[in-house]
Amino acid sequence: MARNKETLVVLLDASVIMRPHLHVALQSLMSATGVVVQLMFNKADEVGLVFFGVADTKNDLNKELGGYENVVVSRPIAIVDEDLSKCLEDVPEGTVASDFLDAIVVGIDMIVKKLAQGKKGNIRLSLITTTENSIRDPDTGTVEEQVDNIAKQMSEQCIKLEATIVRIGQQTPFLDSKTQQKNEALLRRFESQAQAEVSIMESSMSLLGAMKPRNVTPTTLYRGDLELTPSMTVKVWVYKKTAQEKFPTLKKFSDNAPASDVHATREVKMDTDYKSVDNPDISVPPEQRTKAYRYGRNYVPISTELMETLKFKTEKGLKLIGFVPVSAMRRHYYMKEANMFVPEPGHTKSILAVSALARAMDASHQVALVRCVWRQGQNNVVLGVLTPYVATQLNRADGFYFNIIPFADDIREYPFTSFNTLPEALQPSEVQQKAADNLVHMLDLAPAENREMLQPDGTMNPILQRYYNFLHARALNSEADVPPIDEALHSIVEPDPELLSENSFAIQQFCTQFPLTPNFQKEKGRKRFWRERVKDEEVPLEIKDEAAMDVGPISFSSLVSKQVEEVGITNPVQDFEVLLARRDSSEWVPKALQGMKKIIDDLLDSAYSGNTYEKALSCLCALRSGCVVQQEPLEFNIFLRKLATKCQGKRLNDFWERVVREMITLISRDEAPDSDVGSEEAAAFLTSQREALQEEPQDEIDEMELLLGEAI
Amino acid sequence: MDITGRDPLFDDDEEDPELQNQSEFVASKEFLVYLIDAGAEMLLPFDTKKGSFVQVSYLQSVLEAVEENLKQRIIGRDDKVGICFFNTIQKKNIQEANGVYVWSELKDLSADLIRSFSTLHENFQKEVGSQIHRPAGARENPLYDALWVVQAMLRSGTSKNVAKNVMLFTNNDDPFGDVDASVRQDMRRTTIQRAKDAQDLGIGIDLIPLSRPGEDFNLAIFYSSILKMEVDDEDGAQYLLAAANKFEDLKLKLRKKLYKKRTIRKMKLTMVGGTEIGIRTYALVRPSVPASHVWVDSRNNLPLKTERSFICYDTGALMAEPLKRFEEFQGKKVVMALDELTKIKNVTNVQLQLKGFKPMKCLKDYHNLRPPTFIYPDEEAVQGSYAAFIALHRAMLQQNKFAVAFYGSRASSQLVALVPQEEELADGLQLEPPGMHLIYLPYADDIRPTEKYHICSEASVPRASKEQVEAAAAFINKMKLDSWSVFDISDPAMQRHYAILQAIALEQEEESLLEATDTTLPDSKGIMRANSAVQAFKDAVYGPLHDQEEADAAAERAKGSIASQKRKAAAEVACKEAQNYDWGELADTGKLKDLTVPELKLYLTTHKLPLTGKKELIINRILTHLGK
Repeated sequence: MARNKETLVVLLDASVIMRPHLHVALQSLMSATGVVVQLMFNKADEVGLVFFGVADTKNDLNKELGGYENVVVSRPIAIVDEDLSKCLEDVPEGTVASDFLDAIVVGIDMIVKKLAQGKKGNIRLSLITTTENSIRDPDTGTVEEQVDNIAKQMSEQCIKLEATIVRIGQQTPFLDSKTQQKNEALLRRFESQAQAEVSIMESSMSLLGAMKPRNVTPTTLYRGDLELTPSMTVKVWVYKKTAQEKFPTLKKFSDNAPASDVHATREVKMDTDYKSVDNPDISVPPEQRTKAYRYGRNYVPISTELMETLKFKTEKGLKLIGFVPVSAMRRHYYMKEANMFVPEPGHTKSILAVSALARAMDASHQVALVRCVWRQGQNNVVLGVLTPYVATQLNRADGFYFNIIPFADDIREYPFTSFNTLPEALQPSEVQQKAADNLVHMLDLAPAENREMLQPDGTMNPILQRYYNFLHARALNSEADVPPIDEALHSIVEPDPELLSENSFAIQQFCTQFPLTPNFQKEKGRKRFWRERVKDEEVPLEIKDEAAMDVGPISFSSLVSKQVEEVGITNPVQDFEVLLARRDSSEWVPKALQGMKKIIDDLLDSAYSGNTYEKALSCLCALRSGCVVQQEPLEFNIFLRKLATKCQGKRLNDFWERVVREMITLISRDEAPDSDVGSEEAAAFLTSQREALQEEPQDEIDEMELLLGEAI
Repeated sequence: MDITGRDPLFDDDEEDPELQNQSEFVASKEFLVYLIDAGAEMLLPFDTKKGSFVQVSYLQSVLEAVEENLKQRIIGRDDKVGICFFNTIQKKNIQEANGVYVWSELKDLSADLIRSFSTLHENFQKEVGSQIHRPAGARENPLYDALWVVQAMLRSGTSKNVAKNVMLFTNNDDPFGDVDASVRQDMRRTTIQRAKDAQDLGIGIDLIPLSRPGEDFNLAIFYSSILKMEVDDEDGAQYLLAAANKFEDLKLKLRKKLYKKRTIRKMKLTMVGGTEIGIRTYALVRPSVPASHVWVDSRNNLPLKTERSFICYDTGALMAEPLKRFEEFQGKKVVMALDELTKIKNVTNVQLQLKGFKPMKCLKDYHNLRPPTFIYPDEEAVQGSYAAFIALHRAMLQQNKFAVAFYGSRASSQLVALVPQEEELADGLQLEPPGMHLIYLPYADDIRPTEKYHICSEASVPRASKEQVEAAAAFINKMKLDSWSVFDISDPAMQRHYAILQAIALEQEEESLLEATDTTLPDSKGIMRANSAVQAFKDAVYGPLHDQEEADAAAERAKGSIASQKRKAAAEVACKEAQNYDWGELADTGKLKDLTVPELKLYLTTHKLPLTGKKELIINRILTHLGK
């Protein structure tokens, strides 16, 4: 695609001062010139590479005219390939002098020589420098005049300049900051005359994100009228402002074909078949399928054609609904990626109208609600809000940012406890509040105007960067491992050590003021495990006994009023008894029994040198007496037998010995007529088990099997 | 844009756990019995405030409200409903109690149920009948019996995941008013006890009191003891107000799928010092999508089973879902295992790492990717979470700052902004819950330099003058929406979808589809009011002659460019001249070849045929066109 083609000349300061940051700059260039990405998408962008502030001199202008020293053209403008990454690795030795104006002139010269006159396309010069070396005065005129000349030439040639000033860390003392200021001013001078942009990078991380890896050809989402009222329209173009760079979707790989087959596609086809329920062999052709929508218990089939004729239809167009104060438009209403409305380029009337509106909205703190239908016949409308963009640069038009906001349908109203009504104990004390105030105040990521850390606009996606690095490495070596994330990107993910050390007092204060103790028992992993086990083992509890719906008056014992609903780990015995006492439903008894068994199992599973035995034992006693009272002897007997198998001769053998010592026997017929054992047998169980065990050590028996076997 | 289309977050084979959760959002169930008083009082005309001439009885308006509520509920979630009347002539209930009529046992909502309910009011008196006169000395207590019946209706289902409720409609604030004083006390006591028993079984009783004309429903007489509330006048009035709103809400036309309040994720907010605050996340704003659909066989409307299979493209062999992926890179196939891809995305083990704070103005309008997630402290996971969270929340609000944090999840790890949200109340209702909104921030890679797309290279871009900005401000002032709220506008496409579904399911007339108004359209009355301001603004930025200029320009466009005007003129001339020849006859007699090429071309121009080719070809073209 020729129109996408880009020409980029990178001018990289390789002087001594720049050296410490060179690695990051190069890393940034790797991604910025998008070696990997370019290769991946087979793009034909051209990149040239120039080092300046180096000991050598190697450029055409030097040969032809003399001068332009310490500038090395490392790579002429050429289509991106693997060589570029080699050039990037091979940085010539640095020196003290670095004159970025020389480098810019060399860059322009390269472009002019390479490209035919009047060639369109995106031509960029990308300058990365510390601006810490002074510029040589020209032979005639002032530096400023020289800059003006260069800028003029650049705008004639449609060359854009992106200057990145690197100011990482503390400034070294021997540098004259006046030089820096002067140089920055020179670069800013470009901004006013040519299409140039200057950015200052204060951390390696932001340097890494300084350059956009992929230049997307702008395409409009909508061109046409924005209807302020039926009698007044403005011509606007709508573009995307944010669009998430997605993690690439990879193809499924099939290794069915022999490895030797070089022409194999290795692709996997995915088939979805629709089959009728009564005859699973026949697949139903698409024309015989109908979508059915759920309506309560019913599914209502509605053919696509009918839906098409009945459904909501729209006319393309944008309509202003009205203005609302910016305070009413909450930030969390923004639903998706943002768009931008710009007035139709060249249409002065619209540019003026948008400018007037944007400035008036900005001044009166109003935002505009708009109804949007981007395309004719689109089957929904989009509700959005326009917020003003007031341009500060003279050469940019004013516009609006656009965000989609929700309909009433999209909002879920969940109630949350008000912070003010919480008990005093849960509220922060005055001292605590002070510690928090201080932390929020000190841990400032934007301490000064023009100084903001972790600015989204300058922060690279570490995951994508990692992916492309990996892809590159894998392509060269199929054994390559996933690389760690780049050093410079650590500061996105982890707290900034500098900020930490600067504010250690405030942080320390916060940590000591707020005792935060995690509740390990409630931890997620364990809970899930528990739930799964419940699913596996538990027979669904259904209330079959309808007579239990006692119509007589219900006793309100103090226990019931506590409304315990399950056997908890903290007070299992008490919970268990409460549950058994509840009479408002027959489900509680089985629930209590099941819950108690779980608790015992769980206590034993988590036992560490017998620390939970005491509790487990008291639970077991409670379970036994509960089963006697409830006349559910089998529940207990089966459980005890299972427990025996689980413990004897294994890790939990010592627990079983305690059970024997405490004489926790099976429930006999004397205690509960439904029992499967007599009293002697019950008492003998403990001893016989021991003997049986001594005779032949059992293999681990599948618990489920055992349980089922006994139940039958 | 398809309304079912959901932007995939990170297009990948792994599903986003968050989205997975959303599909699991099978709403909480509610088992609900509408318990409707059908007594004499309910037959009184209901005071319709809008002054319509048709007077509707209380009973009928309750029936209508319930019908609307059923239609709303069937879209909303998987509820079971039962409908029961009391103070009836007929009796129908398993307890054989007099004066109680179970019109429908508790069951899943269905189109049939709604259809037959919608015709109920026509023959209500025949089918059920209102008890007008209470038999003298009767010891029956229909309210007591009704509560008992309802409790039995609601007995199925575990109470854990099901909310059980009774919605009691009545306009009679003194149900035992006409009973003998001797038994009144007893009736009163037993009825209260019955209600209490039901409540102890987890059944919520929701009273919708309807005030009779001229007198407010007096809760103090009886119902306050059922509602377990101490009534002083103020509370009572507030309750009545809330109840009246509730009654109106039943008739709401908004069809909306309801979701149970459900935690998406429990996690820890790791502070810079390493201490952790327990938090839970919730989805408060998510684009609504139509309810799920299944594929059915159009011949018998039976559901179809979907089967997915993977086939190797090279060998045609059926295979298990492959665990490897590849990307074409430089003509090579670079293979990666799924777990390697997971590893790439896993850049941190910390769930939410606080990085620091920034003033609110650093959060730009375009720093947005998808709907935010709401976070609220979780004391259960970490003790002290409330205190720490509230303290931070207050500090941030007070200093007008938001927090920046790194959010690590399996699907997408990114920087997020935590924006504090103060609780906002209106009439005792929570408009905005207190907590923080987690806003997903874009990376540099995701932000496009749109502002720079149309940079003016030579001069500066035109800017509005002070007068123009003032005119715009006046226009804005006229076009302000008073007390706008996000709940004002519903999605016309979704509402339409549900209307279609309802119309087809209930076999309604198609006209019923036409009612729905599109609330997204601008208010034309408001625009009328702004007319003069619009004109002033228009004149200020476009100039007073704008309309004329536009009309001229449009006319100009209609005429077309100079070249096309010439062409048109030439065609007209050709048309005229071509009329001088009798083409049909020339063709029949074979005399076409005697004409010159320019003469022949007259015919071609007239009929807009191509003019190219040699004479022979042109003659053939004419003959073909003449059909010869």
